[in-house]
Amino acid sequence: MTKRVVALLAVMTMVVAACGSDTAETTVAGPTDTAAMTDTVEVFSWWTGGGEAAGLEAMITVFGAEYPDVTFENSAVAGGAGTNARAVLATRLQANEPPDSWQGHAGQELIGTYVAADQIEPLNFLYDEEGWLDVMPETLIPLISKDGNIYSVPVNIHRANVLWTNPTVLADNGIDVPTSMDEWFTALDALQAAGMDAPLALGEQWTAMHLFETVLLGTMGYEAYNALWDGNGDWSSADVTAALENYDKLLGYTNSDSSALSWQDAAQLVIDGDAAFNVMGDWAEGFFREIGEEPNVGYGWAATPGTAGIFQFLSDSFVLAKNAPHRDAAIDWLKVAGSLAGQDAFNPVKGSIPARSDGDRSLYGVYLQSAMDDWASDDVAGSLTHGVVANDSWKSEIDSSLGAFLTNRDVAAFQAALVASEAANA
Amino acid sequence: MALTEAGDRLTIAPKRRRRVQKDKVLAVALVSPSIIAILVFVYGFIAWSARVSLSTWKGLLPDYTWAGLENYRNLFADPRFHVDIRNTVIFTVVFVGGCLIIGLGLSLLLDQGLKGEAFFRGLFLFPMAISFIVTGVVWRWLMNPAAGDRISGLNLIFDSLGLDFLENSWHATPYWGMAFIAIPAIWQMSGYTMALYLAGLRSIPEEVREAARVDGAGEIQIYRRVILPQLRPVTLTALIILGHISLKVFDLIIAVAGKQYALDVPAIYMWQTTFDGYFFGRGGAIGILLLLSVGLLVIPYLVYTQRQERNS
Repeated sequence: MTKRVVALLAVMTMVVAACGSDTAETTVAGPTDTAAMTDTVEVFSWWTGGGEAAGLEAMITVFGAEYPDVTFENSAVAGGAGTNARAVLATRLQANEPPDSWQGHAGQELIGTYVAADQIEPLNFLYDEEGWLDVMPETLIPLISKDGNIYSVPVNIHRANVLWTNPTVLADNGIDVPTSMDEWFTALDALQAAGMDAPLALGEQWTAMHLFETVLLGTMGYEAYNALWDGNGDWSSADVTAALENYDKLLGYTNSDSSALSWQDAAQLVIDGDAAFNVMGDWAEGFFREIGEEPNVGYGWAATPGTAGIFQFLSDSFVLAKNAPHRDAAIDWLKVAGSLAGQDAFNPVKGSIPARSDGDRSLYGVYLQSAMDDWASDDVAGSLTHGVVANDSWKSEIDSSLGAFLTNRDVAAFQAALVASEAANA
Repeated sequence: MALTEAGDRLTIAPKRRRRVQKDKVLAVALVSPSIIAILVFVYGFIAWSARVSLSTWKGLLPDYTWAGLENYRNLFADPRFHVDIRNTVIFTVVFVGGCLIIGLGLSLLLDQGLKGEAFFRGLFLFPMAISFIVTGVVWRWLMNPAAGDRISGLNLIFDSLGLDFLENSWHATPYWGMAFIAIPAIWQMSGYTMALYLAGLRSIPEEVREAARVDGAGEIQIYRRVILPQLRPVTLTALIILGHISLKVFDLIIAVAGKQYALDVPAIYMWQTTFDGYFFGRGGAIGILLLLSVGLLVIPYLVYTQRQERNS
């Protein structure tokens, strides 16, 4: 009996030991392998599926054609919107084993995390060499910079402030697409009077934050909105109060089961005519096409009320690691990521527009063409939900206070919490 | 067999003692890697988390600047943490209470000596073989709160059966939503509770019941005065096991409802604030508080059972 127990324990310890050494090997093997070979570039991302992965593959093909001597090592980590990948990346950076380049949302999400920890290099020299400043919007640059240093190369651009509409529902009720908050409320009231309980479709909590940022922008305008994030604004101002009251009022037009819906579910409500409006980023367009809807027939679009002439953007971008094991190859990769060929390979597949304003229009669909026009002419503001304007700590505190607001609808308490979170995290 | 062994022991006792010692050394040697692994990966990391919880670490890279109990003080003033505590209490009461009542009920029914007992026992136990994530996904569909044209899941069943009054918004119910999250958890764990109770029932000798019957007790009286009091230790065990599951609940909520403030619990807050917000100090503090709350539940129980074993 005791012998058998001992044997069992022995087997168990061996299993434990084997598991231990296994994981140790996989984490150590990657970097040492790459260090041994000189012509490699390791790029880390969370693009593992769908249009994103296909787009990355397309860009890797462009890279392979231009730099045939360099082996591309695609270190993509799967898992919900990069949560897993960022945890893996954090572990590697803490162990001082950075990949050469990695993906991140352009703006304060990258800057607040990686610049603050001194992990990435400024890229101004690349922007000068490659002439990117001439082909990217002037108002974009400050949003992806800190103290005059530009820290990442945006590959794609998504628009956050898009109001998706059901053209049939609007036409049947004689409603024009609203261009101001007041017009929007009038339209929503009319739809409710016509028997539509919840004319504005909303999904789970992060989509509520997405709606919130567009209402802030739509109520306060371009200058005041930007000021909130760059430290020149006042979160306790009456403007913010007005925006919060608008937001509170808007929530009254939304579906009661929002917390149980994904963003696709909420967008579907507009397609099905259960709702007239939905505010979502323009990846929703990819979803609409995927389910077989025709632009301007099954769905329409406009800038969210009060934000005409403003392009509230978010972007995936690549950085250059400080102490990158293969710095030259990493710079080659960034050159491709910022090049016309690279961006026109990536974006049509991903369903986004290039960060450069000289993309080949013929490669893109009717919605994306209109977004390209706006990108070239509009003022550029940043998204909160998608990491442009606030660092992760600040954003997660806003998320908590917004969550509380969704349950108690206390405008004064929400505003006080917003003021406090800026003071502690900006 | 027993005789010869006893004889052997008498004649070759010294040799055998040496072998026992050798066995012991071998056993310790073989077990030591896992003991060391547990020391490092469990207790070492608990100590490290405690240290982090006393630091100002916020951001990507470690920062062990001493903060004292600042993180803990802030948590107790944090409205989100208040929601977490409230939700945990609601979940624990409904989940543990539901499992105990349903588990006891099922075990009493099975104990009546009905035909096909093994089949039903297996049937009630099966949900336990499923992970909380799978349970959560299925119940996410069942507990769909949509109304009107988009009605689905259980609400649709109620609607088509004419049981409209049973339709409700499930976990989207303001304030009490958390109680509904306990339903899938009860579904999953009440079979297990039943198994615990059944084992307890089977350990009560038939003679005890017969003696009670001879003394003139009715069946209901037998359960109330004889059987249930003897099941008290089982209830305590079940309470501890279910209680610590409920304090740590995380995956089920994520699967049913995602990350949302109204259904937040300490484990979700810990995850979000640490990995989405880089508040490592605060995350560490939540982790330590979770550990303490579980310890508060489990340690007295361990002490109690150990004392009982020593007494018997």
